[in-house]
Amino acid sequence: MSQAVLKLKKVIVDFSGFKAINQLDFTVKPNSVHFVIGPNGAGKTTLLDVVCGKTKATNGEIKLQGTTEISKLSEDQIVHQGISRKFQAPSIFQNLSVIDNLEIAMKQKKKLFSMITAKWTNEQKKKVSEMLELVGLKEVQDQSAGSLAHGQKQWLEIAMVLMQEPDIVLLDEPIAGMSKKERNKTGELITKIAKDRAVLIVEHDMDFVKEYADIVSVMHEGQLLFEGSMEEVQNDPTVREVYLGRKVEEHVVS
Amino acid sequence: MQNTIYQKIWSQRVILNLIFLLLLAAPLFLSDFRLNLLGKFLAFAILAIGLDLLWGYTGVLSLGHGIFFGLGAYCMAMYLKLEATGGGLPDFMAWSGMSELPLIWIPFQYPIVAIILGILLPAIIAFMLGYLTFRNRISGVYFTILSQALVLVVVTLFVGSQNLTGGSSGLTNFNTFFGFSVNSATTQTAFYIITVIVLGLVFFLSRKLVKGRFGKILVGIRDGENRMRFLGYSPSAYKTFIYTLSAAIAGLAGMLFVLQVGIISPTMIGIIPSIEMVLWVALGGRGTLIGPVIGAVLVNAAKTGFSESYPDIWTYFLGLLFVLVVVFLPKGITGLFEKWNDRRKKQDVSSSVEVEKSYS
Amino acid sequence: MNEIILTLFNGVSLGSILLLIALGLAITFGLMNVINMAHGELIMIGAYITYVIQNIFINYAPPEYFDLYFIISIPVALVVAAGIGMLLEVSLIRHLYKRPLDSLLATWGVGLILQQTARSIFGAPNVGVTSPSFLSGGLEVGSLILPYSRLFILGLSIVCLFSIFYYFYRTASGRRVRAVMQNRQMAECLGVSTRKVDMLTFAIGSGFAGVAGCALTLLGAIGPTIGTSYIIDAFMVVVVGGVGALFGAVSGAFGIGILNTVFEYVTNATLGKVLIFIVIIAFLQWRPSGLVMSRSRSLD
Repeated sequence: MSQAVLKLKKVIVDFSGFKAINQLDFTVKPNSVHFVIGPNGAGKTTLLDVVCGKTKATNGEIKLQGTTEISKLSEDQIVHQGISRKFQAPSIFQNLSVIDNLEIAMKQKKKLFSMITAKWTNEQKKKVSEMLELVGLKEVQDQSAGSLAHGQKQWLEIAMVLMQEPDIVLLDEPIAGMSKKERNKTGELITKIAKDRAVLIVEHDMDFVKEYADIVSVMHEGQLLFEGSMEEVQNDPTVREVYLGRKVEEHVVS
Repeated sequence: MQNTIYQKIWSQRVILNLIFLLLLAAPLFLSDFRLNLLGKFLAFAILAIGLDLLWGYTGVLSLGHGIFFGLGAYCMAMYLKLEATGGGLPDFMAWSGMSELPLIWIPFQYPIVAIILGILLPAIIAFMLGYLTFRNRISGVYFTILSQALVLVVVTLFVGSQNLTGGSSGLTNFNTFFGFSVNSATTQTAFYIITVIVLGLVFFLSRKLVKGRFGKILVGIRDGENRMRFLGYSPSAYKTFIYTLSAAIAGLAGMLFVLQVGIISPTMIGIIPSIEMVLWVALGGRGTLIGPVIGAVLVNAAKTGFSESYPDIWTYFLGLLFVLVVVFLPKGITGLFEKWNDRRKKQDVSSSVEVEKSYS
Repeated sequence: MNEIILTLFNGVSLGSILLLIALGLAITFGLMNVINMAHGELIMIGAYITYVIQNIFINYAPPEYFDLYFIISIPVALVVAAGIGMLLEVSLIRHLYKRPLDSLLATWGVGLILQQTARSIFGAPNVGVTSPSFLSGGLEVGSLILPYSRLFILGLSIVCLFSIFYYFYRTASGRRVRAVMQNRQMAECLGVSTRKVDMLTFAIGSGFAGVAGCALTLLGAIGPTIGTSYIIDAFMVVVVGGVGALFGAVSGAFGIGILNTVFEYVTNATLGKVLIFIVIIAFLQWRPSGLVMSRSRSLD
């Protein structure tokens, strides 16, 4: 069970001289809620970018399920390998209805010619319906996605990610801009979806991380600084120095 | 209750069927001259639907559809020309001192081959340009500029190859099509009916395409191409397909055009006609299928009325129309209808609320 | 040998004309991402201004001062074209910044109106402008004669290039423009008036079109469609050169100019056009975002 679903080995991402990720080794285990934290510019978002194919690794290898090398694949191929990503700003299709958004997101053959003849199957209808229940968008399913509230848009996008039935879900600051109530709901949702798959989340909100994390990775200057439970992270002296350091000093002063 | 029945009767499908029947019946009440004009406009309308699949639904603007239209038209015209000369050499070739039919003209002796090539050639060129650009994620205005450069290249080629294409005077003086005289009123009526049927078919099939899941994917690509990649789609394949399809439709329109108008020349497929085609779609309403049809007929009717008596004013008008439509009417005429419909619906709701109040 | 040198010289000359036109485009298209299809008509306006000023000199100035008309025309064309560009930006383009394809169509409409206006005023046939005497004749190099007019255009394009470079990279106003183009919101926060900068940038880009038009009168008769014949090639220069990069525009202009002339020399004018288009498409397979690439981290 503890075999890694995703393994990065000595990955480098070089933005014309600036190494956003430098010789990074990183492992994601199945069925876990895995948070990535770190100061700004630590390479957290670049880590997600390089896994989902938005940015190509300059060097190193990224292996899925121990076998499939994905660092050379295009974005859409990576999706079909079982990695789905939710972006920071909700990027849903405003002009399509909620149900349309899920329809095009769901797992299916997405090649041109299979799409021309695509029809709803009963199974697909059931899946979409269940997903709408899960994220609480059943009542608004026929509204255009652009008319949703901010929190609803975030859930719609999470739903779109889940409809692809991925093995790994990448979330970039999923609770940004959410109310207390919405955050709790999102947290529960994340716990629920992690039962069947790995969830890798970049997040700044430490209370949220503390509440829902199974594993926390701390990144610093494009490298992995520390990995462990939130408790271990909080007690590690090097982490305190680079990341929590300032906070500790503040406490001392006050 | 009455309201819903009323709405059902006037549902979109019924209106569309009525328009189609009305167009089919047009030979009964239009003069030959007007019927011929309408037939020309409807050929343009076919092209406009294809252009809108590309621009209105997929968000790719081509300023080069005149070329695809032209390739279709030239393929048909080459066949007609050979038919008119009775297997001999076309007049312009003889003038430029050629003694036998050039190789690329030979297939056009056979009408079926000419018709197939009239659809296939535009599709192949569009596929090549589309594949090479979309694959490299060259999109938006860059693609638009390249599509316009394509016009410049092809028109220069057509004008320059005097002995193959008739140069700047184009191809004209046709005689028969499958043995029927192209100038007789009956044949022209038949061409008109064929045009209406093709328009109906293109409309129906396009509607089927965009109303299904495929259409939602096109809209997705238009509104967020990159996002679609992360949903597992390859937008370049879809864009190449739609561009190719829309070029094929343009070629089809070009063939119907040349049958009814009897001439094709480089000025009819150049930069200005190509961009005028975009105006038809813009004015009618992009992202709807009926919009381009309305736009193509309206603009060309206005052009026929205007440009014969005041060509100068027409150019001013055309320029002004571009500015006005883009700034004040981005959704075109169909957009106006939608707005009007929404307002009426709101009024209905508010009046029914008032009725309820008065009862309570 | 001589013919090869002459072909190359003609290529460089065409390149310098394309550069002159593309410099204006590189600013409006490259920096502001606005496709101004009326750019060709701004060139035409510059050309007709030269024509009008020439006529004024013929009619009202003593003949010995005739040559001065050209010296005066350049700044006048610059200012008038810049003014018209500014007007265009304020009245139309400003409302379409978020819709690049729409601004392309609207400016094309404007171009059409301008073209027809010129036709109404000056007539459809081309009109000739007599080159000033100091630019007639040519520089003799061995047995070759390089026309002064073409050398002058080459010089003019280099002067324009350097003044643009100086403005953008060495003056406070130019720095503001670059700041707005790179990060609009941040520049606004720092108190830069983005509206003014947009207007100014567009005016500068348009002004260079006027200068280009002025220069084109040296090469032959001018007509209402003089701009359109160069504009598509000039757009190609910007696409090939990479957007928003002056260096790219320079290499794009001379690359296309020289290749075009060489192809036309080796084959003919028609095939030359086809070949250059194929080369451009092939080039874009290798460098899809042009010679000078910039990496961006934003989605869409």
